[in-house]
Amino acid sequence: MIFHSIFFYFFSVIAIFSSLMVITSRSTINSVFFLILDFISVGCLFIMVGAEFLGMILLIVYVGAVAVLFLFVVMMLNVAEQKQSWFIGKKSTHIPTGLIVSVLILLELLVVVGGWKYKEDVMSSSTLILSDISNTHQLGLVMYTDYILYFQLAGIVLLLAMIGAILLTFRERIGVKKQSYINQISRNPSSAVELIDVKSNQGVKIDD
Amino acid sequence: MIEIGLGHYLSLGAIIFFLGVIGIFLNRKNVIVILMSIELILLAVNINLISFSIFSGDIVGQIFTMLILTVAAAEAAIGLAIIVVYYRNRGSIRVEDIHGMKG
Repeated sequence: MIFHSIFFYFFSVIAIFSSLMVITSRSTINSVFFLILDFISVGCLFIMVGAEFLGMILLIVYVGAVAVLFLFVVMMLNVAEQKQSWFIGKKSTHIPTGLIVSVLILLELLVVVGGWKYKEDVMSSSTLILSDISNTHQLGLVMYTDYILYFQLAGIVLLLAMIGAILLTFRERIGVKKQSYINQISRNPSSAVELIDVKSNQGVKIDD
Repeated sequence: MIEIGLGHYLSLGAIIFFLGVIGIFLNRKNVIVILMSIELILLAVNINLISFSIFSGDIVGQIFTMLILTVAAAEAAIGLAIIVVYYRNRGSIRVEDIHGMKG
């Protein structure tokens, strides 16, 4: 039990520190690195608390895909040297409002957590966590039977995101010779070959 | 303090959520940092769902965490694509320069 608390405090201190550094870091590329550190430490927390599959998914999908996507975009857009200025310097009217709203949200959340009494007997569900099979096995048993609709809808969301991202960033470049399949298929021998009677000293005009 | 319960995990989620919100409000340079703050907020929501799922012994919270992961990945891809297109058209993605809607 003591190790559980030690590891919890270790990972959560790293998570809070790195999420603080994500929003305060001076260069954007450092923010991305701290975001990766944040995902890794929260993934370790998930594995520690008993949700191994989601912890590994967080490590693989977020650190492997989403954070690397962020890194690519930061490097591609050449914004790495744009410094974050925060609220020092220029005057802005939305800064005090934002601070007040954020601190109020934090206070409300902490008050709810502090005053909340956990009632175990309220819950009565048919999908209780069993102890004799693994976490991944349980997730599979529930996800592909009771929640198959949500699983398919998640797939559709991913497909739409892929189509949208490709469509948004696609641009047709002018002046580049490309292969046109429809023109290749639709030509026939009668129009492909043409016999010309060439007159002397005049030449032939090709490629009209 | 030594015994780690549900409240500890919920407090961690609350703090990370707060940091994400403050990152959205106070960031003045880069739109990419705002997207990263949204990722932080979704991560805090995931922490809450997983801790409730574990401490109440119900697996459904983890299913919904997976759906949130899906939506977060889709949102990151679309948002970054929009940022790339915006940068290509305007040459800047600073928050101060984005005032096309006079907000």
